[in-house]
Amino acid sequence: MAIAIRAEGLAKSFNGTAAVRNLDLEVKPGELLALLGPSGSGKTTFLRLVAGLESPTAGRILFDNEDATILSVRDRRVGFVFQHYALFRHLNVAENIAYGLRVRPRATRPADAEIRRRVADLLELVQLAGLGKRFPTQLSGGQRQRVALARALAVEPRVLLLDEPFGALDAKVRRDLRRWLREIHDRTGHTTLFVTHDQEEALELADRVAIFNLGNVEQVGTPDEILDHPATAFVAGFVGEAVRLPVNAAGSSLQIGPHQLRLSCGNVTGPAELFVRPRDLALANDPQPAIPARVLAVRRTGPARRAELALADGLPPVEMELPAGHAARKGDILPVTLVNLRLFASR
Amino acid sequence: MRNGVLSESPAVRRTLIALAVGFLALFLVLPLLAVFSEALRRGFDLFIAAFAEPDTQAAIWLTLLVAAIAVPLNLLFGISAAWAVAKFEFPGKSLLVTLIDLPFSVSPVVSGLVFVLLFGAKGLLGPLVDDWDFKIIFAVPGIVLATIFVTFPFIAREVIPLMQEQGTAEEEAALTLGASGLRTFLTVTLPNVRWALLYGVLLCNARAMGEFGAVSVVSGHIRGLTNTMPLHVEILYNEYNFVAAFAVASLLAGLALVTLVAKSFLEGRYGDQLSRAHRH
Repeated sequence: MAIAIRAEGLAKSFNGTAAVRNLDLEVKPGELLALLGPSGSGKTTFLRLVAGLESPTAGRILFDNEDATILSVRDRRVGFVFQHYALFRHLNVAENIAYGLRVRPRATRPADAEIRRRVADLLELVQLAGLGKRFPTQLSGGQRQRVALARALAVEPRVLLLDEPFGALDAKVRRDLRRWLREIHDRTGHTTLFVTHDQEEALELADRVAIFNLGNVEQVGTPDEILDHPATAFVAGFVGEAVRLPVNAAGSSLQIGPHQLRLSCGNVTGPAELFVRPRDLALANDPQPAIPARVLAVRRTGPARRAELALADGLPPVEMELPAGHAARKGDILPVTLVNLRLFASR
Repeated sequence: MRNGVLSESPAVRRTLIALAVGFLALFLVLPLLAVFSEALRRGFDLFIAAFAEPDTQAAIWLTLLVAAIAVPLNLLFGISAAWAVAKFEFPGKSLLVTLIDLPFSVSPVVSGLVFVLLFGAKGLLGPLVDDWDFKIIFAVPGIVLATIFVTFPFIAREVIPLMQEQGTAEEEAALTLGASGLRTFLTVTLPNVRWALLYGVLLCNARAMGEFGAVSVVSGHIRGLTNTMPLHVEILYNEYNFVAAFAVASLLAGLALVTLVAKSFLEGRYGDQLSRAHRH
């Protein structure tokens, strides 16, 4: 399988503070890869390292198996979209989009008519036809971001890098642009990396997601892999709406508070962390091992009803999705079992 | 705002306005009118005749020459200082910013004396300059140097806050699009600060033409050779040649008025593209 971008042992520190540590990552050609993580996890720094806007303290970056670390920003041919658009405020929309073509050396610069045609095509692509004469200040946030994307696409980049592209927009515009970005990606087929701290955005939009934590990648995988098979305790706690419970694993039984649950703990033994999402719990049928859980509250979330449960004193409350029509009320004791086990040995 | 919590009673408001207007009239408008009326007191012919005087013409030309050298040099310096301060991190940056303000906080007389101490006959570099047979003190080069020193904060101070406010994202965008550093500077950085630059040039020019203290120390007051307009006004005045003194003074005052009008036009029309300090 070909590799479009490969990071090898990449590290970057600012004044002694490490932002990216010994990071390895491979990006496949044409894929849409989301870099997801809490703020300060190094995802934006990694993106800027790929673009050449920062130079690494150690390690290297390869584009199509060629060392790109030595290339300057202008020679890397990346399309970069900034969180706050960074449009040239003194140029109109068409001039902004044409900028990357106009600054080319004469030998490779397209003719004026060709540039105009390309700009018109791109304006069409980003659904801003007719707005070429406007200035950035006369556009809405969503429109500005689309101009920024058109400007980045104009130079026919080898890779498209987006830094929190929807971060400054309101929720509705964000959802529309998200879908639209996916369409553009499917149509143009650029290898695309985008940084986000919004997991819904990452999991909905991306082919694969790289979870960042403390300057390194915890796991890379499809949204399904990330959600269903988190590789580390951090990933399990970061995605989904998981509640972390301290438990004790002993081969064929799991101790949660005072309760023993008979199930196989795999190869985890001793003190461990259990991550529980609303769908991981279910009402137990009679022969199944169960924990008596007290209902603290019942609330409606979208189409489903959820019960907030106390499994034991001193443990944080967990949520469970209720079967349709179940008449649980506050104060009831329900027999509950685990249908999904996300268990990691305590570090 | 009428009847708002913060509005004062009409009487208080009127008193305050009257005070402000009266103060302005007494200390600004009246002296300005006095300059023009004094210049024209003996009639328009004598007013014109004052400018026919060769020494006066020499003073006007010298002033224009000094400004023509000092302003472009400070433009260059101001842009490079602002570029360095706003777009890069380096040790000693805050020291540089403080040093840029130095001419504002030092008395102009001291600024002049510094150059006498440096380049004067007994100065540190004086003998060296003498060997080359090149005069600095009591000559035009000294006047230019003193003027550059006194006026160098004007442009840098206008541009630095604006560049800092704008950040580096647009430059980074230009670089990723394949522009060279120079191209980025010429097509992105410079156009973004062009009105602030013009504003700074305007203030710098007004001060370069009007500077008295520092220039007075280094000039030597040689008529027709090292007298700038402000110095010439003083000489004429001391010789009781009031009409000529006020005629030249009215020229300086006229320059001030032009600067003021141009300045308020820039603030009104391009206020959003000047640094935040000037937005009203």
